[in-house]
Amino acid sequence: MLELKNISLNLADSKDILNDVSLNVESGKFVVITGPNGGGKSTLAKIVAGIFKPTSGQILFDGQDITNASITDRARMGISYAFQQPVRFKGIKVRDLITLAAGRELTTSGVCEYLSEVGLCARDYVDREVNASLSGGEIKRIEIAMVMARGTKLSIFDEPEAGIDLWSFQNLIQVFRKLHDGIHGSSIIIISHQERIMEIADEIVVLSNGKVLTQGTREEVLPKLLGGTDTCHFCPREEGV
Amino acid sequence: MDNIAKKLLELVADWKGEPTKSAFNIREDSECAGRQNTENVRIESKTDRPGIDIIVKNNTKGEKIYIPALVTHSGVKDLVYNDFYIGENADVTIVAGCGVNSDGCDGAEHNGIHRFFLEKNARVVYVEKHIGMGEGTGERIINPQTYIEAAEDSYMEMETTQIKGVDSTKRFSKAILQDRAKLVIKEKIMTHGKQYAETSFEVDLNGTDSSAHLVSRSVARDDSKQLFLSKVNGNAKCAGHSECDAIIMDNGCVSAIPEISANCVDAALIHEAAIGKIAGEQLIKLMTLGLTEKEAETRIVEGFLE
Repeated sequence: MLELKNISLNLADSKDILNDVSLNVESGKFVVITGPNGGGKSTLAKIVAGIFKPTSGQILFDGQDITNASITDRARMGISYAFQQPVRFKGIKVRDLITLAAGRELTTSGVCEYLSEVGLCARDYVDREVNASLSGGEIKRIEIAMVMARGTKLSIFDEPEAGIDLWSFQNLIQVFRKLHDGIHGSSIIIISHQERIMEIADEIVVLSNGKVLTQGTREEVLPKLLGGTDTCHFCPREEGV
Repeated sequence: MDNIAKKLLELVADWKGEPTKSAFNIREDSECAGRQNTENVRIESKTDRPGIDIIVKNNTKGEKIYIPALVTHSGVKDLVYNDFYIGENADVTIVAGCGVNSDGCDGAEHNGIHRFFLEKNARVVYVEKHIGMGEGTGERIINPQTYIEAAEDSYMEMETTQIKGVDSTKRFSKAILQDRAKLVIKEKIMTHGKQYAETSFEVDLNGTDSSAHLVSRSVARDDSKQLFLSKVNGNAKCAGHSECDAIIMDNGCVSAIPEISANCVDAALIHEAAIGKIAGEQLIKLMTLGLTEKEAETRIVEGFLE
């Protein structure tokens, strides 16, 4: 479904942010991208969403070259992206954003359904403005609800667990399971450091220092990640990594 | 009443001219084009100058009063003095839009001076919409002045909107609040082309536990200019908050000049002002939902002024 071929992103006077990254996300797969901070994970997600353009390389979505497609075109083709730090809007209500995400008119109960799924007591939220009055955890859940409302073939979440309390965390996992099962053949990419999210992944990719270090099934990669001293193996400063 | 007047009436007062039980007074090109009183609301023409007195009896509840003013063609320069007397414990909504249509090269102008006298525990929601229309090159000018005297425990909410077509506006609002009186002003302005809008608020918080909350949201597009002046004087134990949020686009300019003066040690006054273009991340977020950049921009501005 999604194929990244030799993606690099270099900024003038700076190190390579991404260096020859190739990745293949098949239809129906649940992929977790993990790795140290500053390793290029969010940048990669933004390249898929069209927010950043790679310096070189090619992006294919359902076999079509989308390397030069705009953010809007990619969204319309079926790529959704939940921001790590959701954006706030003065005057735009939760209801408006969920409706825009769904791309069709929704009744109040239709909007509430999505909000309830992410653990928000829906009626209290539908007419709230998406402004600074919402807490970090609340806005994060609304961001996830928007991706659910879009219901596209590919959904990318950038650290969805950040700001979500432990009590809700289990629900979050259910949300991802449901989203994955809900649309036949849909794929999910989650950028995460959480073991419990990795535990439900089909595949895990470790990105460090702008390169793919490891890519494989959960069974292959997860034990290495959790295996004591091996954790340091992914330290970007370590010689030879 | 011709079609232009009907259109203006609908735009400024959300009223299609159908029969109503509410009190109303329609001013068209400096003349009275219709009036209706109710048992509790009496509207009388002033004898010494142009304008009307609107007298709301004590304990009147839930009535809506329409006071639209229309200037339907060029060459009219209208000036009107409207005084509202709101009795004790009354609770009413007043809709007082102003529509100006210029069809020629001479300007069309409306200057409305509204004074409100709220008695104890009176409650008023005052909605004012301004709109300019017509193909003429003459300037459409609206200069409203509002003067509010709020007695003990009264509440006044003023919502003003000017979204389209007014070339020049200078708004001046002044309020004096007694004990526990509360004032809320919500202003929305969008300017285009070479339009100019100036808003000036002056509030004297004289009463103990009086409060004022002034919010201005504006969008300045093309080569338009806006000036926001607010002056809040805390003369007693009181709370005052003024906020100016503006989006600038193209070559639009906005200046915000706040002044807050605490003349009592228990006065708590806050001013906030934020001016800037639409944040890039807001556009990007809406584009990731499938909107084009232009659609995203429109949606953000609509929401901001909603």
